[in-house]
Amino acid sequence: MIRLGVPSKGRLMEKTFDWFGKHGLTLSRTGSDREYAGRVDGADIALVLLSAGEVPRELAEGRLHLGVTGSDLVREKLTRWNSKVETLARMDFGHADLILAVPKVWIDVDTLDDLDAAAAQFRARHGHRLRIATKYHRQVREFLQDNGVADYQLVDSQGATEGTVLNHTAEMIADITSTGETLRANHLKVLSDGMIHASQATLFRSRTAKWTKSQKTDLDDLRLRLGV
Amino acid sequence: MIRTADRQRAAALLQGFLDAGATLVETEILQPAGTLLDLYGEDIRARAFTTHDPLTGEAMLRPDFTVPVVQAHMNNGADVARYCYAGEVFRRQEVDEGRPREYLQVGFEVFDGTDPAAADAEVFDLIATALAPWSTHPVTGDLGILTAAVDGLTTSEPRRAALRRHIWRPSRFRRLMDRFTGKAAVPATRTALLAQVAETSVEALIDAAGPAVGLRSADEIAARVRALTEDAALPPVSHTEAEVIGMLLALDCPMAQAISPLRDMAVDLPSLIPAIDRLEARAAALARRGHTPDTLPFAPARGRTAMEYYDGFTFTFTAPGRLDLAPLATGGRYDALTSVLGRGRGVPAVGGVIRPGLLGDLA
Repeated sequence: MIRLGVPSKGRLMEKTFDWFGKHGLTLSRTGSDREYAGRVDGADIALVLLSAGEVPRELAEGRLHLGVTGSDLVREKLTRWNSKVETLARMDFGHADLILAVPKVWIDVDTLDDLDAAAAQFRARHGHRLRIATKYHRQVREFLQDNGVADYQLVDSQGATEGTVLNHTAEMIADITSTGETLRANHLKVLSDGMIHASQATLFRSRTAKWTKSQKTDLDDLRLRLGV
Repeated sequence: MIRTADRQRAAALLQGFLDAGATLVETEILQPAGTLLDLYGEDIRARAFTTHDPLTGEAMLRPDFTVPVVQAHMNNGADVARYCYAGEVFRRQEVDEGRPREYLQVGFEVFDGTDPAAADAEVFDLIATALAPWSTHPVTGDLGILTAAVDGLTTSEPRRAALRRHIWRPSRFRRLMDRFTGKAAVPATRTALLAQVAETSVEALIDAAGPAVGLRSADEIAARVRALTEDAALPPVSHTEAEVIGMLLALDCPMAQAISPLRDMAVDLPSLIPAIDRLEARAAALARRGHTPDTLPFAPARGRTAMEYYDGFTFTFTAPGRLDLAPLATGGRYDALTSVLGRGRGVPAVGGVIRPGLLGDLA
């Protein structure tokens, strides 16, 4: 039997259920609200309910055959993610963009080129590297490295990241934004080429899970039904 | 994994360096992360294992011996010295799972400014001799030539400083050159900003943009806007000079044959002359030690990758036909690193390391 992992609560779970429902597969939670058990009607699939943040690891370890989670989480948690999982379907919900934002008052900074130059100037003036608050360390570091930005440092922020600039614990942020509302409220603006990753809920297939012959047949059937 | 045979080979190589007159040094495996982060920036986190010390803060498992050896030398205030060492280094592997995370390095470092060409040749020769039992392919480079070219560009000092700052980042360096030569278009937002600055005072624009949040102050922003205005008024870097940079980046020929084309380039960019003189002296010093500059491969820009500190002579020895193996030995000159770690007081220095573990993989 194929093991499918989906987010265990909230809108992400509901939207996931809706998405599969549209393709004729009824996913549901069983038992009480607190019990993370579920079932799939219409196919021979074991439903595993778990936190979206745990799905990447479970896919990479091969304990799930398929999993639904944000594409940003897969990129953040897995090294060489595309050698461990395959993208089967972008599900067009759970949109969130990982962006770089600086104070609006920085009228001289609009691009990564500007940011790099401002970082050099900042370090010379303040004696420490320009601090970027984020919880998405890997993606931010790789993006800035690919774009040749130097003289910055990442400071960890697990929440209220937009407030770090006001509190002088960071000079700018790299964070997920779905609306931009909070950015504006905190007097921040997005760099014009500062989109690190446009994330959305995605159905992934594990490349490391063991696929028996019957599981492979089940997957082919499922892909046909899902049109992916 | 480090094998017993690797340790024995390391000990034998180390003995060779001791016999050459080097003093044996030890460095700590747990290095304070701050120094390495200040040198390499966040990029080091992808290459070094970071751990947390409850009393002293972030620490890294030694990714390299050169930095702690230079630090110890600069703190001791010694002038002329030759050091050797052998031990484990640790490297995170985020891309290639097949590459080792811990391996041995055996190294030799010379701090001696009396005759840099002779010191370059001494280190190269010592490594070449140590590797003589194996079939290896040496290649050389010289980042001092590229730096000298940048120093001589007919443009503003901020532009030259920007290029020097990114000399180890080939793609960013190319983008800066494209901008300074006018090949890349100025972003529309930059043009718009400069047009506004012509109409309104910078301070008024900053006030209107939003509340001053964060540590970066209004006068820092204003200073950079003024720098942008000055930069926009500059003529582009000339086609001739840009072409010299392009030729330097592409040059790849035997060391002895590089001198003449470089002298031709120096007609357009005379700042190259001292660097070419140094290259010529090095070629002569290598010849005196029995190496052949007529056949020794040379490309000035070789060794230009982030996470390096070489600013002059560079060399690597690879195993012919073994593209799967990392270089067996690498080395080069790092005068600037000694000034950074010596807080302004520098000592000309050159060194190299061998990876005994890789030698064991060669049949």
